[in-house]
Amino acid sequence: MSGHENFEYPGLNLGSAHPDTHDAAKTTVFGFWVFLMSDAILFGLVFSTYVASVHATAGGPGPRDLYDIRSAFVETLLLLASSFTFGMASLAMKYKHSTARLVGWLLATLLLGACFLGLETHDFLSMIAKGGTPERSGFLSAFFDLVPLHGLHVTGGCIWLVCLLGQLARYGLDSRTKLGILRLALFWHFLDIVWIAIFSVVYLAGLA
Amino acid sequence: MTEQAQAASGSKERAREERREFRSYAWGLGLALGLTLAVFAVVHWHALALPWVYYLIGVLALVQIIVHFRCFLHIGFRQQREDLHLILFSALLLVIMVAGTLWIMASLAHRMVLP
Repeated sequence: MSGHENFEYPGLNLGSAHPDTHDAAKTTVFGFWVFLMSDAILFGLVFSTYVASVHATAGGPGPRDLYDIRSAFVETLLLLASSFTFGMASLAMKYKHSTARLVGWLLATLLLGACFLGLETHDFLSMIAKGGTPERSGFLSAFFDLVPLHGLHVTGGCIWLVCLLGQLARYGLDSRTKLGILRLALFWHFLDIVWIAIFSVVYLAGLA
Repeated sequence: MTEQAQAASGSKERAREERREFRSYAWGLGLALGLTLAVFAVVHWHALALPWVYYLIGVLALVQIIVHFRCFLHIGFRQQREDLHLILFSALLLVIMVAGTLWIMASLAHRMVLP
């Protein structure tokens, strides 16, 4: 019974309707999951650096002077919405709806990701305008290590998404494209989880 | 059962599965939205005294991370053994390294009378 199928790999499982891709995904997606877990360790260590140096402002501006909670909140909503739209894209792929529907959801995800990056860049620039440059204090160095590292990941995800759209246009929805979409979906949902940690540890705890 | 009847029941089964998986994403979105709004409201309107607000932020973040793992990444207890082992091992490493770093650095700051 497909309803009681085991999860064979992390993320949405394509199942018996995509026999070739489903078998290949068992190893490919597991390998990608190993990478994501090592990336999580990297983020964890950068987080501990940030928390250890959050008071090291060296007389410079601190979280209260620099952070804009409303903007961080809107960024949270943008990423959450983009996680949902990517989920809809995965479902459109798994249940073989039209390619136009798949591309539409992927484009919506890309747009939300781009809005997130634009808003985040605006935040960084307004921090820098208030004297919050990375070299000002240990706190600011740690901040500009952690939050833009996540932003770089999102940028990488957007570039990857554009490449996948190109692959879709050139080769159609073949097995390689499906495997790419499966892995990017994991990457995207993972980045949303990292952002929850950033929103909580950096912005909410910094302003509480 | 004829082949046509089999195909019909198979497509019905798939439609049911699709609805179930759509509900998973929708629940994930709803729960994550509720949790984010709740914690944002508490911090924005200073609804809670200082040490407790940190605990609340921590607990709600943890709950939201679990919701994302369950609803968006489809990690469940019926997962393959290796996947779950890998997640638990990574979580163990994270706890050891993050808690260890914070402990040592807080102790250092305390002994050196740093801020």
